[in-house]
Amino acid sequence: MDPNAPIVRLAGVRLDRGGRTVLRDIDLTVPRGQVVAVLGPSGSGKSTLLAALTGELEPAAGTVEVLGRPVPRRMRDLLELRKGIGVLLQGNGLLTDLSAAENVALPLRTHTKLPRPVIDRLVRMKLHAVGLRAAADAFPRELSGGMARRVALARALALDPPLMLYDEPLTGLDPIASGVVMDLVRRLNDTLGLTSIVVTHHVHETLPVADHAIVIANGGIVFSGTSAQLQASTDPLVRQFLDGQPDGPIPFDAAPRGATVPEAA
Amino acid sequence: MPFVAATRSVGRAGLFTLSVLRASKPTADFLRELVREIYKIGARSLPIIAVGGAFVGLSVTLLGYRALDTYGAANQVSAMLGLGLYRELGPVLTALLFIGRAGSSIAAELGLMRATDQITALGLMAIDPVGKAVAPRFWAAVLCVPLLTAFFCSLAISASYFEAVHVIGVESGVFWQVLKDSVDFGKDFAMAFAKAAVFGAVAALVAAYVGFHAEPTIEGTSVATTKAVVNASLLVLMFNFVMSALLFR
Repeated sequence: MDPNAPIVRLAGVRLDRGGRTVLRDIDLTVPRGQVVAVLGPSGSGKSTLLAALTGELEPAAGTVEVLGRPVPRRMRDLLELRKGIGVLLQGNGLLTDLSAAENVALPLRTHTKLPRPVIDRLVRMKLHAVGLRAAADAFPRELSGGMARRVALARALALDPPLMLYDEPLTGLDPIASGVVMDLVRRLNDTLGLTSIVVTHHVHETLPVADHAIVIANGGIVFSGTSAQLQASTDPLVRQFLDGQPDGPIPFDAAPRGATVPEAA
Repeated sequence: MPFVAATRSVGRAGLFTLSVLRASKPTADFLRELVREIYKIGARSLPIIAVGGAFVGLSVTLLGYRALDTYGAANQVSAMLGLGLYRELGPVLTALLFIGRAGSSIAAELGLMRATDQITALGLMAIDPVGKAVAPRFWAAVLCVPLLTAFFCSLAISASYFEAVHVIGVESGVFWQVLKDSVDFGKDFAMAFAKAAVFGAVAALVAAYVGFHAEPTIEGTSVATTKAVVNASLLVLMFNFVMSALLFR
């Protein structure tokens, strides 16, 4: 794979869910090594976009390329692709009958033939990277929301994936835990040479660590640029989202079921 | 179109069964999960199986004694118990108790795994969720229900012996001899375990299917648990009739 090629590329993508079009005409290129924030109000289709990147959702039109190749449709090929993608889910998805260390060890035990002592050492390193080495034996129910999120992050990093996807990583976290998680996202991205896509509606916590920001609203990408450009934007749609104004071009109420998104003006 | 929906549902269940069988690979991880599930759904079901078995043995003995005594054949009470137990009651009642105790927990666990993103997370880690979460539970049920049936029958016969010999007054030697003469090892005893294994597979597949495909909400989990118990129980009763008709001619 060309090292300079974009790690994610979407061209003319349309995404449908539940019989309605959620996103249309999505063109997006994510270069390697960047932290990209995908911002937008709740229900705007951010998680749908993420589902297309992981192959959970097949695009109704257009092409989605991840790690330099189109997202495959065959389950076996898809599982192979996913070994190169770390995903931090909004709900963590930690297996509740496994300890923190066992959760982190799970992908290593499944996908590698490394001996047990090496896996144990890697698990300790991953937990250390997220500042939770002392919580290795704790079960998910014994962890706070922020700690559980970090264990899930360590697990997502277990196979050293070149691409990390974060789905609402700050939901349910207090400001301190949010700061810790976003600092980790930036630090891990730089030290491990990753590319990170952070899907969130927490603008103020995310923009300081992001190299590039995209705003999704009304069924499409309404802004793409640096964090500074986003902050300086005078577009009424972007301003409404950034300033949290109840009235504006973004309707507060979700579209009814079966409705399609309006055509871009 | 209920017929179309029912056909589609049967097709999906068939594909799910195939995916469970395909995902059953005897890796170290799988065997570790299997042992854990055998403990969770097998060993921990022992108390209710023991109590259930003992009371069934007592009831059948009392019923049989009253009926047989009319014809002066009270000594044959262990024959009635043995045949009834191994051919029908043992596998069926064990499976029904197993569904209530373990089938519901399989459906609830998988439903909660769905609701809390654990199944999604497994798929995103390139780990087959069916292989990790369903296959060990399925094989644990296939192995455990025959063993639990053996335990159920042992307890039922022990309780029956106590009642027949010490309360009713049947000769101890007669009780065992009649039981031994009436129950055939191949036709009755072995078939009970074959039936039990099929019932275990049916119970686990139904519970796992509805739990795995539950709506990812608390209500979805509760609906899946109810469905698992009702559907699995009815299917076990239907399979029992079909197997009895085919096996015991």
